[in-house]
Amino acid sequence: MSGLLAILWVIYLGAEDPAGLIATLVIGITDGAMFALVALGYTMVYGIIELINFAHGDVFTLGGFLGLPLLGLFGITSGTKFAWVYVPILVFVFVLVMGLNGLVNITIERVAYRPLRNAPRLAPLITAIGMSFILEGAMYLWRGPVSLRFPNLLPDTVASRFTSPAGHFGLNSGSTAAPLIDIGVKDVAVVISTVVLVILLSVFINRTKLGKAMRATAQDRDAAQLMGIDINRTISATFFIGAALAGAGGMIWALYFNSIRFDLGFTTGLIAFTAAVLGGIGNIEGAALGGLLIGIIRALNERYLSASWSDVVIFGILIMVLVFRPTGLLGMRVPEK
Amino acid sequence: MALLELHGVDAFYGRVQALHGVTLEVDKGEIVALIGSNGAGKTTTLRTISGLMHPAQGTISFDGRDITFTEASKIVGLGICQSPEGRRLFARMSVIDNLYMGAYSRKDRAGIERDLKHVFELFPRVEERRAQLAGTLSGGEQQMLAMGRALMAKPKVLMLDEPSLGLAPILVETIFSVIKEINAEGVPVLLVEQNASKALAVAHRAYVLETGVVAKEGTGKELLESEDVQKAYLGM
Repeated sequence: MSGLLAILWVIYLGAEDPAGLIATLVIGITDGAMFALVALGYTMVYGIIELINFAHGDVFTLGGFLGLPLLGLFGITSGTKFAWVYVPILVFVFVLVMGLNGLVNITIERVAYRPLRNAPRLAPLITAIGMSFILEGAMYLWRGPVSLRFPNLLPDTVASRFTSPAGHFGLNSGSTAAPLIDIGVKDVAVVISTVVLVILLSVFINRTKLGKAMRATAQDRDAAQLMGIDINRTISATFFIGAALAGAGGMIWALYFNSIRFDLGFTTGLIAFTAAVLGGIGNIEGAALGGLLIGIIRALNERYLSASWSDVVIFGILIMVLVFRPTGLLGMRVPEK
Repeated sequence: MALLELHGVDAFYGRVQALHGVTLEVDKGEIVALIGSNGAGKTTTLRTISGLMHPAQGTISFDGRDITFTEASKIVGLGICQSPEGRRLFARMSVIDNLYMGAYSRKDRAGIERDLKHVFELFPRVEERRAQLAGTLSGGEQQMLAMGRALMAKPKVLMLDEPSLGLAPILVETIFSVIKEINAEGVPVLLVEQNASKALAVAHRAYVLETGVVAKEGTGKELLESEDVQKAYLGM
Protein backbone atom coordinates (compact mmCIF):
# COMPACT_ATOMS: atom_id res chain seq x y z
CA MET A 1 0.00 0.00 0.00
CA SER A 2 2.60 2.53 1.07
CA GLY A 3 4.79 1.18 -1.72
CA LEU A 4 2.04 2.00 -4.20
CA LEU A 5 1.74 5.54 -2.87
CA ALA A 6 5.50 5.98 -3.13
CA ILE A 7 5.48 4.80 -6.73
CA LEU A 8 2.62 7.17 -7.58
CA TRP A 9 4.56 9.98 -5.96
CA VAL A 10 7.63 9.17 -8.03
CA ILE A 11 5.54 9.10 -11.22
CA TYR A 12 4.12 12.47 -10.26
CA LEU A 13 7.62 13.86 -9.74
CA GLY A 14 8.64 12.43 -13.08
CA ALA A 15 5.81 14.21 -14.82
CA GLU A 16 6.72 17.50 -13.15
CA ASP A 17 10.42 17.47 -13.88
CA PRO A 18 11.74 14.39 -15.69
CA ALA A 19 15.34 15.55 -15.87
CA GLY A 20 15.51 16.27 -12.17
CA LEU A 21 13.97 12.93 -11.31
CA ILE A 22 16.32 10.97 -13.54
CA ALA A 23 19.34 12.79 -12.16
CA THR A 24 18.11 11.95 -8.66
CA LEU A 25 17.58 8.32 -9.56
CA VAL A 26 21.13 8.12 -10.93
CA ILE A 27 22.46 9.40 -7.62
CA GLY A 28 20.20 6.97 -5.77
CA ILE A 29 21.26 3.96 -7.79
CA THR A 30 24.95 4.80 -7.43
CA ASP A 31 24.70 5.26 -3.67
CA GLY A 32 22.43 2.24 -3.49
CA ALA A 33 25.02 0.08 -5.22
CA MET A 34 27.54 0.99 -2.52
CA PHE A 35 25.05 0.33 0.27
CA ALA A 36 24.27 -3.01 -1.33
CA LEU A 37 27.91 -4.09 -1.16
CA VAL A 38 27.94 -3.41 2.58
CA ALA A 39 24.46 -4.86 3.15
CA LEU A 40 25.56 -8.19 1.63
CA GLY A 41 28.07 -8.71 4.42
CA TYR A 42 25.50 -8.01 7.13
CA THR A 43 23.03 -10.38 5.60
CA MET A 44 25.50 -13.20 4.96
CA VAL A 45 26.89 -13.12 8.48
CA TYR A 46 23.41 -12.89 9.96
CA GLY A 47 22.30 -15.74 7.75
CA ILE A 48 24.99 -18.08 8.98
CA ILE A 49 25.40 -17.29 12.68
CA GLU A 50 22.44 -15.01 13.41
CA LEU A 51 24.72 -12.25 14.56
CA ILE A 52 24.37 -8.62 13.60
CA ASN A 53 27.99 -7.84 13.03
CA PHE A 54 28.11 -4.25 14.16
CA ALA A 55 31.79 -4.06 13.24
CA HIS A 56 30.88 -4.60 9.60
CA GLY A 57 30.42 -0.90 8.82
CA ASP A 58 33.93 -0.25 10.12
CA VAL A 59 35.31 -3.11 8.08
CA PHE A 60 33.87 -1.20 5.13
CA THR A 61 35.76 1.95 6.15
CA LEU A 62 38.88 -0.12 6.64
CA GLY A 63 38.75 -1.02 2.94
CA GLY A 64 39.29 2.63 2.03
CA PHE A 65 41.94 3.06 4.74
CA LEU A 66 43.92 0.07 3.45
CA GLY A 67 43.48 1.12 -0.17
CA LEU A 68 45.03 4.55 0.23
CA PRO A 69 48.58 3.50 1.24
CA LEU A 70 48.47 0.61 -1.22
CA LEU A 71 47.72 3.04 -4.04
CA GLY A 72 50.56 5.15 -2.66
CA LEU A 73 52.96 2.24 -3.18
CA PHE A 74 52.30 2.62 -6.89
CA GLY A 75 52.95 6.33 -6.79
CA ILE A 76 49.29 7.25 -6.82
CA THR A 77 48.72 10.17 -4.47
CA SER A 78 45.73 12.31 -3.74
CA GLY A 79 46.51 14.59 -6.68
CA THR A 80 46.72 11.83 -9.29
CA LYS A 81 44.18 12.05 -12.09
CA PHE A 82 42.69 9.32 -14.19
CA ALA A 83 44.86 7.64 -16.80
CA TRP A 84 44.43 4.26 -18.44
CA VAL A 85 47.73 2.98 -17.03
CA TYR A 86 46.20 3.15 -13.58
CA VAL A 87 43.39 0.76 -14.40
CA PRO A 88 45.33 -2.50 -13.90
CA ILE A 89 46.92 -1.05 -10.74
CA LEU A 90 43.49 -0.15 -9.47
CA VAL A 91 42.16 -3.64 -10.12
CA PHE A 92 45.20 -5.14 -8.40
CA VAL A 93 44.79 -2.88 -5.35
CA PHE A 94 41.09 -3.76 -5.21
CA VAL A 95 41.87 -7.45 -5.07
CA LEU A 96 44.55 -6.87 -2.44
CA VAL A 97 42.24 -4.73 -0.28
CA MET A 98 39.48 -7.31 -0.54
CA GLY A 99 41.84 -10.07 0.52
CA LEU A 100 43.35 -8.11 3.43
CA ASN A 101 39.93 -6.99 4.60
CA GLY A 102 38.73 -10.57 4.48
CA LEU A 103 41.64 -11.72 6.64
CA VAL A 104 40.93 -8.97 9.17
CA ASN A 105 37.31 -10.06 9.41
CA ILE A 106 38.26 -13.74 9.80
CA THR A 107 40.48 -12.68 12.68
CA ILE A 108 37.63 -10.69 14.23
CA GLU A 109 35.37 -13.72 14.06
CA ARG A 110 38.06 -15.94 15.59
CA VAL A 111 38.78 -13.58 18.45
CA ALA A 112 35.43 -11.97 19.23
CA TYR A 113 32.64 -14.26 18.04
CA ARG A 114 33.74 -17.88 17.86
CA PRO A 115 34.52 -18.25 21.57
CA LEU A 116 30.96 -17.03 22.23
CA ARG A 117 29.21 -19.19 19.69
CA ASN A 118 27.25 -21.11 22.29
CA ALA A 119 26.82 -18.18 24.64
CA PRO A 120 23.52 -16.26 24.85
CA ARG A 121 22.83 -14.09 21.78
CA LEU A 122 23.50 -10.88 23.61
CA ALA A 123 27.15 -11.71 24.31
CA PRO A 124 28.47 -11.71 20.72
CA LEU A 125 26.29 -8.68 19.98
CA ILE A 126 28.17 -6.79 22.68
CA THR A 127 31.57 -7.94 21.45
CA ALA A 128 30.50 -6.88 17.94
CA ILE A 129 29.85 -3.36 19.20
CA GLY A 130 33.20 -3.55 21.00
CA MET A 131 34.96 -4.60 17.79
CA SER A 132 33.33 -1.66 16.04
CA PHE A 133 34.83 0.75 18.56
CA ILE A 134 38.19 -0.97 18.37
CA LEU A 135 38.32 -0.68 14.58
CA GLU A 136 37.25 2.95 14.64
CA GLY A 137 39.75 3.66 17.37
CA ALA A 138 42.53 1.96 15.45
CA MET A 139 41.76 3.95 12.30
CA TYR A 140 41.58 7.14 14.37
CA LEU A 141 45.00 6.47 15.87
CA TRP A 142 46.41 5.56 12.50
CA ARG A 143 45.27 8.54 10.44
CA GLY A 144 43.69 10.96 12.89
CA PRO A 145 40.26 12.58 12.99
CA VAL A 146 40.52 14.21 9.58
CA SER A 147 38.97 13.32 6.26
CA LEU A 148 41.59 11.59 4.15
CA ARG A 149 41.88 12.89 0.62
CA PHE A 150 41.48 10.09 -1.87
CA PRO A 151 42.81 10.33 -5.43
CA ASN A 152 40.19 11.18 -8.01
CA LEU A 153 41.10 8.20 -10.15
CA LEU A 154 37.78 7.73 -11.84
CA PRO A 155 37.35 10.04 -14.83
CA ASP A 156 35.03 12.98 -14.29
CA THR A 157 33.85 12.81 -17.86
CA VAL A 158 30.26 12.29 -18.81
CA ALA A 159 29.41 8.81 -19.99
CA SER A 160 26.12 9.59 -21.53
CA ARG A 161 24.45 12.89 -22.19
CA PHE A 162 20.97 12.82 -23.52
CA THR A 163 18.07 15.16 -23.66
CA SER A 164 15.25 14.71 -21.28
CA PRO A 165 13.05 11.89 -22.43
CA ALA A 166 9.99 13.99 -21.71
CA GLY A 167 9.39 14.41 -25.40
CA HIS A 168 9.30 10.66 -25.87
CA PHE A 169 6.57 10.30 -23.31
CA GLY A 170 4.57 13.10 -24.83
CA LEU A 171 5.03 15.21 -21.72
CA ASN A 172 6.24 18.80 -21.71
CA SER A 173 5.68 18.71 -25.42
CA GLY A 174 5.49 22.45 -25.53
CA SER A 175 9.04 23.11 -24.35
CA THR A 176 11.64 23.45 -27.04
CA ALA A 177 14.90 23.23 -25.12
CA ALA A 178 14.66 20.02 -23.13
CA PRO A 179 17.13 19.98 -20.22
CA LEU A 180 20.18 17.74 -20.45
CA ILE A 181 20.81 14.80 -18.18
CA ASP A 182 24.37 13.75 -17.47
CA ILE A 183 25.37 10.33 -16.32
CA GLY A 184 29.00 10.35 -15.25
CA VAL A 185 31.57 7.65 -15.98
CA LYS A 186 32.03 7.53 -12.21
CA ASP A 187 28.44 6.47 -11.65
CA VAL A 188 28.59 3.88 -14.37
CA ALA A 189 31.86 2.50 -12.99
CA VAL A 190 30.38 2.19 -9.50
CA VAL A 191 27.29 0.41 -10.69
CA ILE A 192 29.16 -1.92 -13.05
CA SER A 193 31.73 -2.94 -10.45
CA THR A 194 28.93 -3.64 -7.97
CA VAL A 195 26.98 -5.69 -10.48
CA VAL A 196 30.09 -7.70 -11.33
CA LEU A 197 30.79 -8.39 -7.66
CA VAL A 198 27.19 -9.39 -6.94
CA ILE A 199 27.15 -11.75 -9.94
CA LEU A 200 30.44 -13.32 -8.82
CA LEU A 201 29.02 -13.74 -5.34
CA SER A 202 25.83 -15.30 -6.61
CA VAL A 203 27.72 -17.78 -8.82
CA PHE A 204 29.96 -18.65 -5.91
CA ILE A 205 27.07 -19.20 -3.49
CA ASN A 206 24.90 -21.17 -5.86
CA ARG A 207 27.38 -23.16 -7.93
CA THR A 208 30.49 -23.97 -5.94
CA LYS A 209 30.82 -26.66 -3.31
CA LEU A 210 32.00 -24.24 -0.64
CA GLY A 211 29.19 -21.84 -1.52
CA LYS A 212 26.60 -24.57 -1.15
CA ALA A 213 28.20 -25.66 2.10
CA MET A 214 27.85 -22.08 3.34
CA ARG A 215 24.15 -22.08 2.49
CA ALA A 216 23.71 -25.45 4.15
CA THR A 217 25.44 -24.19 7.30
CA ALA A 218 23.19 -21.13 7.32
CA GLN A 219 20.06 -23.26 7.09
CA ASP A 220 20.91 -25.93 9.63
CA ARG A 221 24.23 -26.00 11.39
CA ASP A 222 23.90 -29.47 12.94
CA ALA A 223 22.65 -31.04 9.74
CA ALA A 224 25.53 -29.42 7.87
CA GLN A 225 27.98 -31.06 10.27
CA LEU A 226 26.27 -34.39 9.73
CA MET A 227 27.04 -33.96 6.01
CA GLY A 228 30.72 -33.61 6.88
CA ILE A 229 30.83 -29.84 6.50
CA ASP A 230 33.42 -28.16 8.70
CA ILE A 231 31.27 -25.29 9.93
CA ASN A 232 34.22 -23.31 11.26
CA ARG A 233 35.53 -23.22 7.73
CA THR A 234 32.23 -22.14 6.18
CA ILE A 235 31.74 -19.47 8.83
CA SER A 236 35.25 -18.14 8.21
CA ALA A 237 34.56 -18.13 4.48
CA THR A 238 31.39 -16.13 5.07
CA PHE A 239 33.24 -13.51 7.11
CA PHE A 240 35.96 -13.38 4.47
CA ILE A 241 33.57 -12.82 1.59
CA GLY A 242 31.41 -10.32 3.49
CA ALA A 243 34.49 -8.28 4.36
CA ALA A 244 35.92 -8.54 0.86
CA LEU A 245 32.72 -7.06 -0.55
CA ALA A 246 32.63 -4.38 2.13
CA GLY A 247 36.29 -3.59 1.44
CA ALA A 248 35.52 -3.19 -2.24
CA GLY A 249 32.62 -0.99 -1.20
CA GLY A 250 34.94 1.14 0.94
CA MET A 251 37.37 1.57 -1.96
CA ILE A 252 34.55 2.43 -4.35
CA TRP A 253 33.11 4.90 -1.86
CA ALA A 254 36.46 6.59 -1.36
CA LEU A 255 37.16 6.77 -5.09
CA TYR A 256 33.71 8.17 -5.75
CA PHE A 257 33.62 10.82 -3.04
CA ASN A 258 37.42 11.28 -2.90
CA SER A 259 37.42 11.34 0.85
CA ILE A 260 37.06 8.97 3.75
CA ARG A 261 37.05 9.37 7.50
CA PHE A 262 37.54 6.89 10.35
CA ASP A 263 33.91 7.11 11.50
CA LEU A 264 32.31 6.76 8.07
CA GLY A 265 31.31 3.20 8.83
CA PHE A 266 29.00 4.12 11.67
CA THR A 267 26.22 5.75 9.66
CA THR A 268 26.94 3.93 6.42
CA GLY A 269 26.86 0.68 8.35
CA LEU A 270 23.50 1.49 9.88
CA ILE A 271 22.08 2.49 6.51
CA ALA A 272 23.37 -0.71 4.94
CA PHE A 273 21.98 -2.68 7.86
CA THR A 274 18.58 -1.09 7.22
CA ALA A 275 18.94 -2.11 3.58
CA ALA A 276 19.63 -5.70 4.63
CA VAL A 277 16.59 -5.72 6.91
CA LEU A 278 14.41 -4.14 4.23
CA GLY A 279 15.42 -6.81 1.73
CA GLY A 280 14.98 -9.58 4.29
CA ILE A 281 17.92 -10.27 6.55
CA GLY A 282 19.72 -13.46 5.62
CA ASN A 283 18.66 -13.15 2.00
CA ILE A 284 21.39 -12.24 -0.48
CA GLU A 285 19.21 -11.00 -3.34
CA GLY A 286 17.25 -9.10 -0.71
CA ALA A 287 20.35 -7.25 0.46
CA ALA A 288 21.17 -6.15 -3.07
CA LEU A 289 17.59 -5.01 -3.65
CA GLY A 290 17.36 -3.34 -0.25
CA GLY A 291 20.61 -1.45 -0.87
CA LEU A 292 19.32 -0.14 -4.17
CA LEU A 293 15.96 0.88 -2.71
CA ILE A 294 17.49 2.63 0.27
CA GLY A 295 19.87 4.50 -2.04
CA ILE A 296 16.97 5.68 -4.19
CA ILE A 297 14.77 6.58 -1.25
CA ARG A 298 17.59 8.54 0.30
CA ALA A 299 18.30 10.42 -2.93
CA LEU A 300 14.61 11.24 -3.46
CA ASN A 301 14.35 12.47 0.09
CA GLU A 302 17.41 14.66 -0.24
CA ARG A 303 16.16 16.27 -3.41
CA TYR A 304 12.48 16.66 -2.70
CA LEU A 305 12.21 16.76 1.06
CA SER A 306 15.19 17.62 3.15
CA ALA A 307 18.66 16.15 3.48
CA SER A 308 18.58 16.71 7.21
CA TRP A 309 15.66 14.28 7.43
CA SER A 310 17.51 11.44 5.67
CA ASP A 311 18.42 9.51 8.79
CA VAL A 312 14.91 9.93 10.16
CA VAL A 313 13.40 8.57 6.96
CA ILE A 314 15.81 5.64 6.80
CA PHE A 315 15.43 4.61 10.41
CA GLY A 316 11.71 5.16 10.09
CA ILE A 317 11.80 2.55 7.34
CA LEU A 318 13.85 0.26 9.57
CA ILE A 319 11.26 0.52 12.34
CA MET A 320 8.33 0.07 9.96
CA VAL A 321 9.87 -3.03 8.40
CA LEU A 322 10.66 -4.54 11.79
CA VAL A 323 7.12 -3.89 13.02
CA PHE A 324 5.03 -4.69 9.96
CA ARG A 325 7.12 -7.04 7.88
CA PRO A 326 10.00 -8.46 9.91
CA THR A 327 10.93 -10.90 7.15
CA GLY A 328 11.59 -7.99 4.78
CA LEU A 329 10.68 -7.84 1.11
CA LEU A 330 12.26 -11.12 0.10
CA GLY A 331 12.48 -12.81 3.48
CA MET A 332 12.37 -16.57 3.88
CA ARG A 333 9.59 -17.68 1.60
CA VAL A 334 9.88 -21.40 2.22
CA PRO A 335 8.59 -22.44 5.61
CA GLU A 336 10.84 -24.62 7.71
CA LYS A 337 8.99 -27.80 8.47
CA MET B 1 34.82 -56.82 17.81
CA ALA B 2 31.68 -55.18 16.54
CA LEU B 3 31.66 -52.50 13.86
CA LEU B 4 30.26 -49.76 16.11
CA GLU B 5 30.65 -50.00 19.87
CA LEU B 6 29.61 -47.72 22.69
CA HIS B 7 31.04 -48.55 26.05
CA GLY B 8 29.77 -46.99 29.29
CA VAL B 9 28.84 -43.70 27.69
CA ASP B 10 27.69 -40.83 29.93
CA ALA B 11 26.43 -37.68 28.25
CA PHE B 12 25.19 -34.36 29.60
CA TYR B 13 23.17 -31.37 28.43
CA GLY B 14 24.65 -28.74 30.69
CA ARG B 15 24.20 -30.22 34.16
CA VAL B 16 21.48 -32.63 33.15
CA GLN B 17 22.71 -36.13 32.58
CA ALA B 18 21.01 -37.68 29.55
CA LEU B 19 22.94 -40.95 29.22
CA HIS B 20 24.12 -43.20 32.05
CA GLY B 21 26.73 -45.74 31.02
CA VAL B 22 25.15 -46.69 27.73
CA THR B 23 26.79 -49.74 26.20
CA LEU B 24 25.64 -51.01 22.86
CA GLU B 25 26.98 -52.34 19.60
CA VAL B 26 26.04 -52.64 15.96
CA ASP B 27 27.68 -55.33 13.87
CA LYS B 28 28.02 -55.84 10.16
CA GLY B 29 24.79 -56.71 8.40
CA GLU B 30 22.54 -55.97 11.38
CA ILE B 31 19.48 -53.87 11.90
CA VAL B 32 19.63 -52.75 15.52
CA ALA B 33 16.64 -50.95 16.98
CA LEU B 34 16.85 -48.48 19.83
CA ILE B 35 13.46 -48.02 21.42
CA GLY B 36 12.21 -46.10 24.40
CA SER B 37 9.86 -43.33 25.34
CA ASN B 38 10.32 -39.61 24.80
CA GLY B 39 13.38 -38.29 26.59
CA ALA B 40 14.88 -41.75 27.14
CA GLY B 41 18.10 -40.66 25.41
CA LYS B 42 17.70 -42.25 21.98
CA THR B 43 18.47 -39.10 20.01
CA THR B 44 21.22 -38.18 22.45
CA THR B 45 22.83 -41.56 21.79
CA LEU B 46 22.87 -40.85 18.05
CA ARG B 47 24.15 -37.30 18.56
CA THR B 48 26.97 -38.65 20.68
CA ILE B 49 27.92 -41.19 18.03
CA SER B 50 27.78 -38.52 15.30
CA GLY B 51 30.07 -36.26 17.31
CA LEU B 52 27.52 -33.46 17.66
CA MET B 53 28.16 -33.91 21.36
CA HIS B 54 30.87 -35.81 23.19
CA PRO B 55 30.59 -38.23 26.10
CA ALA B 56 31.72 -37.16 29.55
CA GLN B 57 32.64 -40.77 30.28
CA GLY B 58 33.08 -43.93 28.25
CA THR B 59 34.29 -44.66 24.76
CA ILE B 60 32.91 -44.99 21.27
CA SER B 61 34.75 -46.97 18.64
CA PHE B 62 34.08 -47.61 15.01
CA ASP B 63 35.82 -50.16 12.81
CA GLY B 64 38.39 -50.70 15.54
CA ARG B 65 39.28 -47.04 15.98
CA ASP B 66 38.46 -44.73 18.84
CA ILE B 67 36.07 -41.97 17.73
CA THR B 68 34.98 -40.77 21.16
CA PHE B 69 36.13 -37.21 20.56
CA THR B 70 36.21 -37.11 16.78
CA GLU B 71 34.58 -33.97 15.37
CA ALA B 72 31.16 -34.31 13.80
CA SER B 73 32.34 -33.18 10.37
CA LYS B 74 34.95 -35.99 10.31
CA ILE B 75 32.57 -38.75 11.41
CA VAL B 76 30.72 -38.91 8.08
CA GLY B 77 33.94 -39.42 6.21
CA LEU B 78 34.52 -42.55 8.31
CA GLY B 79 31.20 -43.97 7.15
CA ILE B 80 28.76 -43.19 9.95
CA CYS B 81 25.78 -41.37 8.50
CA GLN B 82 22.77 -40.06 10.28
CA SER B 83 19.34 -39.12 9.08
CA PRO B 84 18.47 -36.90 12.01
CA GLU B 85 15.26 -36.52 13.95
CA GLY B 86 12.89 -34.08 12.29
CA ARG B 87 14.69 -34.77 9.00
CA ARG B 88 16.64 -31.49 9.13
CA LEU B 89 16.70 -30.99 5.39
CA PHE B 90 18.12 -27.85 3.85
CA ALA B 91 14.67 -26.40 3.21
CA ARG B 92 15.77 -23.61 0.92
CA MET B 93 17.90 -25.82 -1.29
CA SER B 94 16.66 -28.01 -4.10
CA VAL B 95 16.09 -31.73 -3.63
CA ILE B 96 19.05 -32.55 -5.84
CA ASP B 97 21.32 -30.13 -3.95
CA ASN B 98 20.26 -31.74 -0.69
CA LEU B 99 21.32 -35.11 -2.09
CA TYR B 100 24.66 -33.74 -3.23
CA MET B 101 25.21 -32.22 0.22
CA GLY B 102 24.87 -35.77 1.51
CA ALA B 103 27.89 -36.69 -0.62
CA TYR B 104 29.83 -33.63 0.59
CA SER B 105 32.70 -35.60 2.11
CA ARG B 106 33.17 -37.82 -0.96
CA LYS B 107 35.44 -37.22 -3.93
CA ASP B 108 34.59 -40.19 -6.19
CA ARG B 109 32.36 -38.54 -8.78
CA ALA B 110 31.43 -41.71 -10.59
CA GLY B 111 30.46 -43.37 -7.32
CA ILE B 112 28.35 -40.36 -6.31
CA GLU B 113 26.41 -40.47 -9.57
CA ARG B 114 25.92 -44.22 -9.18
CA ASP B 115 24.57 -43.77 -5.66
CA LEU B 116 22.32 -40.93 -6.80
CA LYS B 117 20.77 -43.28 -9.34
CA HIS B 118 20.33 -45.89 -6.65
CA VAL B 119 18.60 -43.40 -4.32
CA PHE B 120 16.23 -42.54 -7.16
CA GLU B 121 15.50 -46.24 -7.64
CA LEU B 122 14.68 -46.60 -3.96
CA PHE B 123 12.59 -43.40 -3.91
CA PRO B 124 11.12 -42.62 -7.34
CA ARG B 125 9.09 -39.82 -5.76
CA VAL B 126 12.28 -38.02 -4.83
CA GLU B 127 13.45 -38.10 -8.43
CA GLU B 128 10.18 -36.57 -9.61
CA ARG B 129 10.78 -33.66 -7.27
CA ARG B 130 14.47 -33.20 -7.90
CA ALA B 131 14.29 -29.51 -8.90
CA GLN B 132 11.87 -28.49 -6.16
CA LEU B 133 12.94 -26.79 -2.92
CA ALA B 134 13.16 -29.37 -0.17
CA GLY B 135 10.96 -27.28 2.15
CA THR B 136 8.03 -27.59 -0.25
CA LEU B 137 7.90 -31.41 -0.13
CA SER B 138 5.28 -33.33 1.81
CA GLY B 139 6.28 -34.99 5.07
CA GLY B 140 6.68 -38.40 3.47
CA GLU B 141 8.74 -37.06 0.60
CA GLN B 142 10.91 -35.16 3.06
CA GLN B 143 11.57 -38.35 5.00
CA MET B 144 12.54 -40.19 1.83
CA LEU B 145 14.83 -37.32 0.89
CA ALA B 146 16.41 -37.34 4.34
CA MET B 147 17.13 -41.07 4.04
CA GLY B 148 18.38 -40.62 0.49
CA ARG B 149 20.65 -37.82 1.62
CA ALA B 150 22.15 -40.06 4.30
CA LEU B 151 22.65 -42.84 1.75
CA MET B 152 24.52 -40.45 -0.53
CA ALA B 153 27.36 -40.46 1.99
CA LYS B 154 27.94 -44.16 1.26
CA PRO B 155 27.38 -45.28 4.84
CA LYS B 156 29.16 -48.16 6.50
CA VAL B 157 26.54 -47.78 9.18
CA LEU B 158 23.30 -45.87 8.72
CA MET B 159 21.59 -44.25 11.69
CA LEU B 160 17.94 -43.35 11.26
CA ASP B 161 16.25 -41.20 13.88
CA GLU B 162 12.46 -41.62 13.94
CA PRO B 163 12.04 -42.23 10.22
CA SER B 164 8.33 -43.03 10.56
CA LEU B 165 7.39 -40.10 12.77
CA GLY B 166 4.27 -38.29 11.62
CA LEU B 167 3.82 -40.33 8.45
CA ALA B 168 0.66 -41.93 7.10
CA PRO B 169 0.47 -45.71 7.70
CA ILE B 170 1.03 -46.53 4.04
CA LEU B 171 4.22 -44.43 4.00
CA VAL B 172 5.39 -46.06 7.21
CA GLU B 173 5.20 -49.39 5.36
CA THR B 174 7.23 -47.97 2.47
CA ILE B 175 9.89 -46.57 4.79
CA PHE B 176 10.28 -49.85 6.68
CA SER B 177 10.48 -51.90 3.52
CA VAL B 178 13.20 -49.58 2.21
CA ILE B 179 15.07 -49.96 5.50
CA LYS B 180 15.03 -53.72 5.01
CA GLU B 181 16.14 -53.30 1.42
CA ILE B 182 19.06 -51.06 2.38
CA ASN B 183 20.08 -53.55 5.01
CA ALA B 184 19.81 -56.44 2.54
CA GLU B 185 22.37 -54.59 0.40
CA GLY B 186 24.78 -54.97 3.30
CA VAL B 187 24.42 -51.66 5.18
CA PRO B 188 24.03 -52.05 8.95
CA VAL B 189 21.26 -49.86 10.35
CA LEU B 190 20.88 -48.35 13.80
CA LEU B 191 17.22 -47.50 14.00
CA VAL B 192 15.72 -45.19 16.59
CA GLU B 193 11.96 -45.51 16.73
CA GLN B 194 8.93 -44.72 18.82
CA ASN B 195 6.96 -47.13 16.71
CA ALA B 196 8.38 -50.01 18.72
CA SER B 197 6.36 -52.85 17.20
CA LYS B 198 7.43 -51.98 13.64
CA ALA B 199 11.02 -51.41 14.70
CA LEU B 200 11.26 -54.68 16.65
CA ALA B 201 9.69 -56.57 13.76
CA VAL B 202 12.48 -55.59 11.34
CA ALA B 203 15.36 -55.50 13.85
CA HIS B 204 17.79 -58.35 14.36
CA ARG B 205 18.61 -57.03 17.80
CA ALA B 206 17.27 -54.24 19.93
CA TYR B 207 17.96 -52.15 23.02
CA VAL B 208 15.40 -50.55 25.29
CA LEU B 209 16.46 -47.20 26.72
CA GLU B 210 14.83 -45.89 29.88
CA THR B 211 15.87 -42.48 31.22
CA GLY B 212 19.33 -42.78 29.77
CA VAL B 213 19.97 -46.36 30.85
CA VAL B 214 19.93 -49.50 28.72
CA ALA B 215 17.10 -51.33 30.51
CA LYS B 216 16.86 -54.34 28.26
CA GLU B 217 18.46 -55.89 25.24
CA GLY B 218 17.85 -58.90 23.06
CA THR B 219 16.81 -60.00 19.63
CA GLY B 220 13.92 -58.20 18.03
CA LYS B 221 11.76 -61.26 18.49
CA GLU B 222 12.62 -61.69 22.16
CA LEU B 223 11.72 -58.13 22.96
CA LEU B 224 8.52 -58.27 20.94
CA GLU B 225 7.49 -61.21 23.09
CA SER B 226 8.71 -59.75 26.38
CA GLU B 227 5.87 -58.83 28.68
CA ASP B 228 7.54 -55.67 30.03
CA VAL B 229 8.15 -54.36 26.55
CA GLN B 230 4.64 -55.21 25.43
CA LYS B 231 3.22 -53.34 28.38
CA ALA B 232 5.42 -50.30 28.20
CA TYR B 233 5.91 -49.78 24.47
CA LEU B 234 3.48 -51.86 22.52
CA GLY B 235 0.35 -50.86 24.35
CA MET B 236 -0.74 -54.44 24.95
